[in-house]
Amino acid sequence: MTAQFSMNGTEPGEALVRARNVHKSFGDVEVLKGIDLDVAPGEVVVVLGPSGSGKSTFLRCINHLEAIDRGSIVVAGEQIGYSLRNGRLNKLPARAIAVQRRQIGMVFQQFNLYPHMTALQNIIEAPIGVHKQSRREATELAMELLARVGLTHKADAYPRQLSGGQQQRIAIARALAIRPKLMLFDEPTSALDPELVGEVLATMRDLADQGLTMIVVTHEIGFAREAADRVVFMDGGYIVEQGKPEDVLGNPQHPRTRAFLSRFI
Amino acid sequence: MTGNTQTLASPAKGDAEAALRDVANAHKPFRTDRWLLWGITLLIAANFLWIVANNQNFGWPIVFQWFTEATVLRGLYVTLGLTVVAMAIGVVIGLVLAIARLSNDRLASSLAGLYIWFFRGTPLLVQLIFWYNLSTLFPEISIAIPFGPTLASWNTNDLITPMTAAIAGLALNEAAYMAEIIRGGLLSVDKGQIETTEAFGMTRTRALRRIIIPQAMRSIVPPTGNQLISMIKATSLVSVIAMADLLYSVQAVYNRTFEVIPMLMVAVIWYLFITSILNVGQGFIERYYGRGERGSSTARKQDKVAAAALSAVVPALAQEASK
Repeated sequence: MTAQFSMNGTEPGEALVRARNVHKSFGDVEVLKGIDLDVAPGEVVVVLGPSGSGKSTFLRCINHLEAIDRGSIVVAGEQIGYSLRNGRLNKLPARAIAVQRRQIGMVFQQFNLYPHMTALQNIIEAPIGVHKQSRREATELAMELLARVGLTHKADAYPRQLSGGQQQRIAIARALAIRPKLMLFDEPTSALDPELVGEVLATMRDLADQGLTMIVVTHEIGFAREAADRVVFMDGGYIVEQGKPEDVLGNPQHPRTRAFLSRFI
Repeated sequence: MTGNTQTLASPAKGDAEAALRDVANAHKPFRTDRWLLWGITLLIAANFLWIVANNQNFGWPIVFQWFTEATVLRGLYVTLGLTVVAMAIGVVIGLVLAIARLSNDRLASSLAGLYIWFFRGTPLLVQLIFWYNLSTLFPEISIAIPFGPTLASWNTNDLITPMTAAIAGLALNEAAYMAEIIRGGLLSVDKGQIETTEAFGMTRTRALRRIIIPQAMRSIVPPTGNQLISMIKATSLVSVIAMADLLYSVQAVYNRTFEVIPMLMVAVIWYLFITSILNVGQGFIERYYGRGERGSSTARKQDKVAAAALSAVVPALAQEASK
């Protein structure tokens, strides 16, 4: 198994995320047309691509928010939504899927903070309710995370009382509070005013430097250049090109990558 | 352009004009027509009250005499008790029905749909009479395995008293309406919230209890208040199955004394009194579930606290701001 993965061009050792031949259609529209992707532990992968290229859909398939039609995705040894036993693949019930998802953190474009809870309550909800930590333990970690995203003074504020950038930083802290093995970012800065984008990207760059495994779908080329270990360019439901940021961004090989990047210069 | 040059030419004059134009010092004009309308309205109201108070036919002394009489109060307790019990059962069954109706399970959602279709589609009065006369349809009620042996059996007439018939009729009917109200509330919650609970690995039960229902409450509470008030008045229907509620009690009195209007006034005032209390309660509940919303009292209170803290810490700055 291990040998097979080193042959795939990723670093030796078990990949944390292993996607094979992923197909996904919405009705008659095929959004993903066979995606293969390996993500190594500690790797930061930035997925770029024009709107409608399927990059957000692919991200949502990784934690089974969308069920794929063909192929497989394995995260940390778990195929989310399914169990393979004695050579037979069975669909799992919702309760079992919930358990599988608990090691994956996710940050959404629209933040999706719980509006009826304060920032602190938002962060400790999953650690207490899902991961069965004590309230004290969860609160301590939450205050640590709030400090890390620079929002200790907003612990008791409700989401509506915060700016978009502050809300997204709380959402990042909330996702980190479950101590995830993998973090998914679904266009985390697309709903933000331009002047608020920087604070969120800075927080994410911090996480990247600390060795967290991240898959980031974004339009922020600058972030890809500075923080990514690998840039994946998607278009029309395929991965068109991938590699080191300086190669993909600096010297794109595929005409569609070139066309996409030319719009940002 | 001319205005601009003027300002440039004489900044002092511009400042004076800006001070005069400060909207903070604007006066509210005296609106004669509004005051006149208020006056006329109050006059008519006072006249109406005077007429009602002085109309002998209302029998106000009799109203006061019977208002807190034991039979009336007993009827009031029955009305309140029936309302609370039927509503509580109705909300619980309604919640289960709403969740079943929204589930992906075809069996659960069609059973819930069938229930709602039947209980909303037939008059409450008919349902009450039906429950009361259940024994004519089924003289015995038993728990048994379908087409198999009977495990336990009761005489229907022992089981169905006016009280149980009233509770069953009101609660099961209410459940159908509450199911639709709760379903609407659950649907009003942002899809992203549900997705978030899934992504964080919450079980559906926990997601409903902690995230979805608290947010749905904002749109569930107002129509539920409506239903509760309807329910208080709907309990008066149980007088047809000889249940001694508030209306039945005053009817029992005026059938003896023929003081129809005064006794009905007793009931009307009690009904109004209860609904008024409920309105106040509903306001509190709505404010509780509105926390975190922009413009809600909680947010405003916090803003005020924040403003107070600010003015305490930096009085000079606050003064500057108030200028």
